[in-house]
Amino acid sequence: MTLETYRIPVGDWIDVAVDWMTDNLEWLFDGIADFLSALIDGLGAALDAPSALVMVAIAALIALLVRGWRFGVFTALSFALVATMGLWADAMSTLSLVLVASAIAVLVGVPLGIVSARSDRAASVLRPALDLMQTMPSLVYLIPAIVFFGIGKVPGVVATVVFAMPPAVRLTELGLRQVDPETVEAGEAFGASPFKILTRIQVPLALPTIMAGVNQVIMLALSMVVIAGMVGAGGLGAVVFRGVTRLNVGLGFEGGLSVVIMAVFLDRITAAFGQRASRRVSH
Amino acid sequence: MSAIEVNNVYKVFGHKADAAVRMLQGGASRDDVADATGTVPAVIDVSFSIEPGEIFVVMGLSGSGKSTLVRCLNLMHPPTSGTVSVDGADLQSLSAGELRQLRAEKISMVFQHFGLFPHRTIIENAMWGLEVRKVPEAERRERAARALELVGLSGWETSYPGELSGGMQQRVGLARALATDADVLLMDEAFSALDPLIRSEMQELLVGLQQDLRKTIVFITHDLNEAMFLGDRIAIMKDGRIVQIGTTEDILQNPADEYVSAFVQDVDRSRVLTAAAVMEEPVAKILLREGPQAALRQMRKRQTSGLLVVDARRRLVGAALDDDVIAAIQRDEHSLDAIVRSDVATVSPDTPLAECLIPSAESRLPLAVVEDGRLLGVIPRVTLLTALASGKNGAPTETEVSS
Repeated sequence: MTLETYRIPVGDWIDVAVDWMTDNLEWLFDGIADFLSALIDGLGAALDAPSALVMVAIAALIALLVRGWRFGVFTALSFALVATMGLWADAMSTLSLVLVASAIAVLVGVPLGIVSARSDRAASVLRPALDLMQTMPSLVYLIPAIVFFGIGKVPGVVATVVFAMPPAVRLTELGLRQVDPETVEAGEAFGASPFKILTRIQVPLALPTIMAGVNQVIMLALSMVVIAGMVGAGGLGAVVFRGVTRLNVGLGFEGGLSVVIMAVFLDRITAAFGQRASRRVSH
Repeated sequence: MSAIEVNNVYKVFGHKADAAVRMLQGGASRDDVADATGTVPAVIDVSFSIEPGEIFVVMGLSGSGKSTLVRCLNLMHPPTSGTVSVDGADLQSLSAGELRQLRAEKISMVFQHFGLFPHRTIIENAMWGLEVRKVPEAERRERAARALELVGLSGWETSYPGELSGGMQQRVGLARALATDADVLLMDEAFSALDPLIRSEMQELLVGLQQDLRKTIVFITHDLNEAMFLGDRIAIMKDGRIVQIGTTEDILQNPADEYVSAFVQDVDRSRVLTAAAVMEEPVAKILLREGPQAALRQMRKRQTSGLLVVDARRRLVGAALDDDVIAAIQRDEHSLDAIVRSDVATVSPDTPLAECLIPSAESRLPLAVVEDGRLLGVIPRVTLLTALASGKNGAPTETEVSS
């Protein structure tokens, strides 16, 4: 008698749960799908509406204002390269997916981080869930996402949100827990309400760490959006995927290089906001 | 009415806190209760009352429960059992909102590591309590500026805490507490993180401010010299209990137990004790009108070579020495007027003993303690030395000196 003679059908249970959810929660998934596709399409259209030249100029201006002229020049040249490789529309489509997924991940993740910083019990429930979200191979998320939402951009965004959210939760919790307890006591001792202590003391002091979390969310979102290209999310991910399936090295490299250029831009811009926050705190 | 009244307060941390309090009330020791219930009894059966305008110092080593106790006074640590009232209002009966209002208006606090907000300017830090209370912006700014002026920080309003030295940062902490005009100031090891020089500067600042402001101050410290310099009364805490409450002199002269006397051993008594604390009833004295014969009789009776001379209203006139008295009797004089020496060494009652040493060494007679011309008492050299030596290991006790 060996342990292998027994089979615990974990996979079957999951299938049953997924079937039940597709049968009974269709209205919910449809609602989410409608909302998300409206958001993605709207943002995508807005980003793609001006000519590439105008958008490159806007991006270069943002880079110039946030980090200085060197990064402004780099951004202008690298974005122009993306456009001249003929991947501009794909890049904007990817950018809209990244921005929507990151915004949702931050809007859900930061409050969850606040909750788990305030309650050890919440933290002990959330921590293993976050571990699961981060270590589960990211392709696995795509399967239920397709089942619930079909193929296209929506399952891509949903899978990306799940994959990219953990740093927002973790770093928000870390940042809040690292705030000097005496400053929190000082808030309390002068009669401030818990909400006021949170918004006027804890969050401002934790902001550099929270911003590092936001930065990580965006980076993870970008990497996942490429994988989501496989399920029809389009954009640069689809370009890369096409290159892989056709063994077209040149196309794959062009798509990959464009992803890197987007990543560098988003990383440096969000990191600069984090540095600003920490300069304000460490006076 | 007392400003703060604390009755039988217990604060126990842990799940079985109530059971632990019942055991402690039944007379169990702190360690037994901690072992049996897995709790941490931090404050055990503490009672005291503090008068308005008093500086009440709670003194104890780390782990004695003093910082927990001070947080029981504004309910940042609600007591497990017992009552705390401020201006007659029982704090535990207040709603959360009323309690916040009390903290914003009546009780403010100064922290060991200052607890300043690094992301706010100095004046924004000082305004915090008023901001919580929703005082209008202009008034807030004005009152905070006034508080900063009190602590000597005018001109630093727009700096950030990180740009200030430790001593200046704690001045901001003090200004933040003063800006709310709270009657009660809780100061938790407020000066302990500062260098010794800055610390005594801050102690003097606080004493100076207190002369005008007359706040009720609860000051927590582990430094007995600081306790004695600041405190009108001192409570000594050990293992969660208060072992003695009294004035500096009470504690130095009559330590309640071994623990307290071991503690006070290291105090610089010469700076803490004053002339009034050690002076004795003057016995070697004579009224001016009594004359040389009476003076001689008195000197023989007291076996001394000199007398202090006072008038009928006990005002110190001077001293009469034995050879002068005998010479006067031989000259058949009937009055002491001619021989009274006016160069008597005198000190005032609040002179620290350190400043009595040189006059005492240079004087043939005991030091006269004089207030407004009146003779209050005397300090014989041997009394002075005994007072300074007692409490130190191997020093002669009072009985050994007199035998």
